[in-house]
Amino acid sequence: MERNEIKKKSRREFLKAAGMLAGGTLLSAMLKPYKAVASVSNNAPKSDVWYGIGIDIEKCIGCGRCADACKKENNVPVEPFFFRTWVEQYTITNDEKVLVESPNGGIDGFTQQVPDDEIYKTFFVPKLCNHCAKAPCVQVCPVGATFITPDGVVLVDEKYCIGCRYCVQACPYGARFIHPVKKVASKCTLCYHRLTKGMNPACMEVCPTGARIMGNLRDKSGKLAEFLKEHNCQVLKPHMNTGSKAYYNALNMEVR
Amino acid sequence: MPIQLRRILLLLFSFVVLFLVARHFLVPESFGELGHYRANAIKEIAAGQPKYVGSEACKECHDDEAGLLATGPHKNMKCETCHGPGYKHVDSNEAADIIKPSGRDFCAKCHAKNPARSESNIKQVDVKEHNIDEDQCFNCHNPHDPWNEMR
Repeated sequence: MERNEIKKKSRREFLKAAGMLAGGTLLSAMLKPYKAVASVSNNAPKSDVWYGIGIDIEKCIGCGRCADACKKENNVPVEPFFFRTWVEQYTITNDEKVLVESPNGGIDGFTQQVPDDEIYKTFFVPKLCNHCAKAPCVQVCPVGATFITPDGVVLVDEKYCIGCRYCVQACPYGARFIHPVKKVASKCTLCYHRLTKGMNPACMEVCPTGARIMGNLRDKSGKLAEFLKEHNCQVLKPHMNTGSKAYYNALNMEVR
Repeated sequence: MPIQLRRILLLLFSFVVLFLVARHFLVPESFGELGHYRANAIKEIAAGQPKYVGSEACKECHDDEAGLLATGPHKNMKCETCHGPGYKHVDSNEAADIIKPSGRDFCAKCHAKNPARSESNIKQVDVKEHNIDEDQCFNCHNPHDPWNEMR
């Protein structure tokens, strides 16, 4: 009899305690993670800063200092097929062939193999992540490891990336690669660690001709807005509707 | 309420609770604050230390070179364009911690003749013909002021 009573009491207390524990966790679980669901509709505050890039093909001399500086600043693997930024040399011949070369991303310099009298047109095109407003790489990430910051920079969360390579496939500009040691996606951060300290990205810091500029697209008196006003700019692959924010002056239709 | 219905509801309820509890512990901190990602990742990426320190830091000691540079055709260039990242050198002041480029190939990266470079943008030489007996461009040209400081 007595033993039964004790048993009864302890069961009730156990259930009470268990119920409160479960209820409490349920409540906090409902409060916090549901924010993630709610923000699919994107209620992030609109920032005053929306970074974009301006590239003047007419000024680029193909020295490759940008690609070199990028590797040094960001510890990009030195193997010649990992680049966050690189320079391509386009050569259009008189018989309308388009040759594109980028030996070691341009770091070791360029040579022109085609004889002068066969060249119709030749120029350099610096490439990097376009920091798209509607980035395909961000859309395909299955875990939310890549994202566009409120100020318009596409970044990779290395701690959260599972290295599935969807984003590498999705980028129409070939701006991403899988880091050979970390086994996660890697790409241009627009030197976010420098931007936030008021410095220029390393590639733009070292460019001897000022062929690359970056700035705030929402600041209509800023240097990028000025550049876009003065030049007739185009983005790469506009038909893909990526919302690219890398604006090229003097971009030829042959450039892909 | 029939017993079988009560059981199945209880089971369903415990699954939902289990799911939410698991979710509570598996979703990382700050996930979803700004969007479908960890908002803290922005701070972590922004915390990186720059390696290219900027020409102002160089001028603190090397004002002679900076002054010479400012007068010549290389005036729009930054020290670190040629000398590489200065973050080690500004702390240690050791010559070993900065790049002192040498050899014809280095200058040739900008100044080698290439039809893709416009002549109005950059002076170019045919490196296979121009003073081939000299193994260093700086034997004749001071890189900080290539024309006026002919050696």
